[in-house]
Amino acid sequence: MIRRLLRSRTLNHYLRDPSAVLGSFLLLVLLVGAVFAPWIAPQNPYDPKVLTLQDSLLPPIWMEGGRAPYLLGTDDQGRDILSTILYGCRTSFLVAFSVILIAGTAGSLIGLLAAYYGGVLDAVTMRLADTMFSFSTTLIAMLLLGIFKGGGIPLVILAIVLTDWVRYARTMRGSALAVKQEDYVQAARAVGASNFRIMFRHIIPNAIPPILVVAAVDFGAVVMLEATLSFLGVGVPINKPSLGMMISQGKRFIYAGKWWLVVFPGSALISIVLGVNLLADWLREEINPRLRKR
Amino acid sequence: MISYIIRRIGQSIVVLFVVSFLCFGIFQFLGDPVLTLAGRYATQEQQELVRRSLGLDKPFYVQYAIFIRNALRGNFGLSYTSQVPVMRMILERFPASFELALVAMFIALTLGITLGVVSSLRPRSPLSRAIMAGSLLGISLPTFLVGILLILIFSVWLRVLPPFGRGEVVRIVGRWRSGLLALDGLRHLILPAITLGLYQLAVLLRLTRGGMLEALAEDYTRTAWAKGLPQRAVIFKHALRNVLIPVVTMAGLQMGELIGFSIVTESIFQWPGMGNLLLTAIYESDHPIIVAYVMFVAGLILFINLAVDILYGILNPKIRYD
Repeated sequence: MIRRLLRSRTLNHYLRDPSAVLGSFLLLVLLVGAVFAPWIAPQNPYDPKVLTLQDSLLPPIWMEGGRAPYLLGTDDQGRDILSTILYGCRTSFLVAFSVILIAGTAGSLIGLLAAYYGGVLDAVTMRLADTMFSFSTTLIAMLLLGIFKGGGIPLVILAIVLTDWVRYARTMRGSALAVKQEDYVQAARAVGASNFRIMFRHIIPNAIPPILVVAAVDFGAVVMLEATLSFLGVGVPINKPSLGMMISQGKRFIYAGKWWLVVFPGSALISIVLGVNLLADWLREEINPRLRKR
Repeated sequence: MISYIIRRIGQSIVVLFVVSFLCFGIFQFLGDPVLTLAGRYATQEQQELVRRSLGLDKPFYVQYAIFIRNALRGNFGLSYTSQVPVMRMILERFPASFELALVAMFIALTLGITLGVVSSLRPRSPLSRAIMAGSLLGISLPTFLVGILLILIFSVWLRVLPPFGRGEVVRIVGRWRSGLLALDGLRHLILPAITLGLYQLAVLLRLTRGGMLEALAEDYTRTAWAKGLPQRAVIFKHALRNVLIPVVTMAGLQMGELIGFSIVTESIFQWPGMGNLLLTAIYESDHPIIVAYVMFVAGLILFINLAVDILYGILNPKIRYD
């Protein structure tokens, strides 16, 4: 098994693509940091007992006035920036993984049913998908959260799912419609396979690769959307860690020259999204070799 | 073609009705307009008076009909907080948003197409690789972060461009005040327009590059080279022309996304546009403004999509609608 993996073309392509390796490196560092934040972060920034206002707005450790253990400085509440970033990444990953899982499953199923049964179901769902697609996902999620206030992280996930399932539904519908006409599906139907069996054994396996590509691109988009919503003050509640909110609070201090309040959480955010996008580019080419760089 | 246009207009109207129904539901069931308008300390009779004057004692469908009738006249009621007709507030702020979106889209289209063509001609050259790396960064940067970093660099560190507001504006017609005609207004436009346009720029660049790479490998392009046509003619007349149709269509379809991001941009640069108005309304639960904004933007987006669809049919003779 391992030998087969080592000799495989996929691994070979991956290792020869420096941007894919860089992408997964960025992602892995932040993911490990986020998952193990409670153990590796120097401080729990959401425990009011450990915060002291004397330590507020300290610059990073290498600048004059910076001191240990605040490697990247502190914010106006005396929170350690590095620790807050690690905890904020936890929220980003939690929201992104949940959204991809829920929206991916629900959207794919809707697209599959629409393609398979066609008719009114197809017409209505696709019209809905088209309409939602032409409106901004940022705007729809923002309105949902602005109208139904105070639902915490689950509501943020729900709002993003409600805008996000469309991508999966469209992709799945496209693949399913193409595969539906293939001879082997017709053959399966001819020998009397049930609708359920045709969908799950014959159509879905063929539609998985494009869905994976969509999910990879979508991951970055969801991370950005959550950060944007939290930045605008309608996302993650104020007592929960979030990169978007850190940046929004840090913005008040940039005119006073406290750039580290914005630049470090911003870099973490960019690293997640860039890492995912680099990996997504590689995945897209790997799955669809026609796109290989000429 | 005409039957297609009529059908599309019909569909747009259906969508508008659905949106209006959702808006109406939100308006009715969230927050109590009676309490808001009559005040928290109103007596039972005063509340009843307000309820009747708003028509809230009538059945649901009658209320919806009244809502639609008022909406068709552009009447969405008064803002809870400022007691001014909300449609007037939105229209007052429209020019600022419109100019910002226009300049952002202009930057995105011109730079996006130019850089896309340049990077497709020699895909492996260092310049092309740099452009592609830049475009990847462009789609990986959230709009709000771009805005803040631009403020940090150009306003705080270099002190060359103003970080907020619209600056000096010149009155053109009626209420329309433009920042495009004053030097100070233009200086205020630069950072927000780049912030808003960057993502679209990256998207259009990648789309142009992909299309150009395909078009340059096509037989008709090879024929054009073989005929000995000058480079300019091959690239612009034969290859780019075929690529432009999907690119322009994409630019039109991205308008919805542009409006969404303009809310973020306006909030960062304290731009006096519709997006900022909406954000304030959301913070203050000022539902009439939210409803009017949604209806206005929905109408705008549906209109643009319709226009793009029709233009697409005219530009691309291969498409026949029937």
